[in-house]
Amino acid sequence: MDIESLVENVAVEILRQAVIKLPPDVKDALRRAYREEESDIGKTQLEAILNNVELAEKTGTPVCQDTGVIIFYVKAGAQAKILGKIEEALIKATKRATIEVPLRPNSVGIFTRKNTGDNTGRYLPYINWEIVPGDNIELTAFPKGGGSENVCALGMITPGEGLNGVKKFVVDTVIKAGAKPCPPNILGVGVGGGADIAMKIAKAALLRPLDQPNADPEIAKLEKELYEAANMTGIGPMGLGGKFTVLGVNVDHAHRHPASYPVAVAVQCWAARRASARIHPDGTVKYLTHKVV
Amino acid sequence: MAVYKLKTPIPEEEVRKLKVNDVIYITGTIITARDAAHKRALEFFKEGKKIPIDLQGLAVFHCGPIVKKEDDKWTVVAAGPTTSTRMDLFEDEFIKAFKVRVVIGKGGMGKRTTEGMKKYGAVYGAFTGGAAVLAAKAMKNVRSVEWLDLGMPEALWILEVEDFGPLIVAIDAHGNNVFEDVQKKVEENRQKIYERLGL
Repeated sequence: MDIESLVENVAVEILRQAVIKLPPDVKDALRRAYREEESDIGKTQLEAILNNVELAEKTGTPVCQDTGVIIFYVKAGAQAKILGKIEEALIKATKRATIEVPLRPNSVGIFTRKNTGDNTGRYLPYINWEIVPGDNIELTAFPKGGGSENVCALGMITPGEGLNGVKKFVVDTVIKAGAKPCPPNILGVGVGGGADIAMKIAKAALLRPLDQPNADPEIAKLEKELYEAANMTGIGPMGLGGKFTVLGVNVDHAHRHPASYPVAVAVQCWAARRASARIHPDGTVKYLTHKVV
Repeated sequence: MAVYKLKTPIPEEEVRKLKVNDVIYITGTIITARDAAHKRALEFFKEGKKIPIDLQGLAVFHCGPIVKKEDDKWTVVAAGPTTSTRMDLFEDEFIKAFKVRVVIGKGGMGKRTTEGMKKYGAVYGAFTGGAAVLAAKAMKNVRSVEWLDLGMPEALWILEVEDFGPLIVAIDAHGNNVFEDVQKKVEENRQKIYERLGL
């Protein structure tokens, strides 16, 4: 098989893995939340979620009917020979996965108001590129649901407020979102850069597994503080009240303009879907998040 | 947190017994309806036209399901709830006109619906958002689909369900609303969180 078709096939496979089976760290976090939830009602919701996750795996059905907007993260080795053909392969893969998995068609034109029916369109699937040394290609599929996307928020706070301003903005965002993003959620928080950079790193922070603490102890401390604060709100699973409003908070940061202090909060529903694979130039594939049966 | 198994058609006095935080499972007939189907049903009612099914004692589910057709038979693949607040515009009139007894969705509903439920006798059952496969498992049979011209998600699907749940009674027929109560508590907690963070 030529490497271009291989990229396409692998992309279809990781889309399938992502929408049907949650990554192990997310499942573990949901199980832990179920064990530790103190509200009876909250517990019923987490139990239903776990039952649903198990049924989806058993029947090979997408875990939620909203299979999201299709986003890819690509770490492309600068020496990989097919760099120019990856985009086309990912578009083809998205169309195929829409039929084969199936995915719900979620791509609507702004001016045509028409659904393209195959999850592609202007800027969709959206591809985040990173050029890295070497000749491997690492693909991550990140289907993002609409309910949680609708409560993402960007704040341009006053630099003088500093980290206190960041904390307030995150807490206020969680409270304003309430039941809407299908809690328990995962929060990606991006601080600094510019408006676009903050949101980009906030969303990319959602790719870090929940069982992987931040390498920087100071940021790890902030993450823990925000996690505890969000879980003090009492919103709870599905907004019905309880201890678990979030499963985790991942923070990333960028240097900023002295006059600007952007804070972005990317909100992820409990169906935190992602799957990755690495393609080597000899055609071997290593699946990084899911076991392939 | 009492657990009840209800069979459709559900009599009004039975839903009036339910209290917030009770858990219910429904067996019998339910329909799916989102914004467009609610709107059309109410237009029919105003014009004195009959809608395709008598809804008295049944449940309406805010849901746009994924349904597949094989050998002329429909099967529900995934059917999680959609956000109910969009139906706040219609629901009190809908309950009054068609006498549905349970409204199912996610995220809760507002004051107007809470009042309507109290007045006309209905409850809101919250189904876990995203639990689309669990919902589909309880849907044993697609009896028919009406108003398919509205599109698959917006059509009125008439479904036979068995032990559909858990549904948390989040609005009862006595004017209680769990989501409003949680919101009030969250507001109180906001100050405590600010204090703890040293803000």
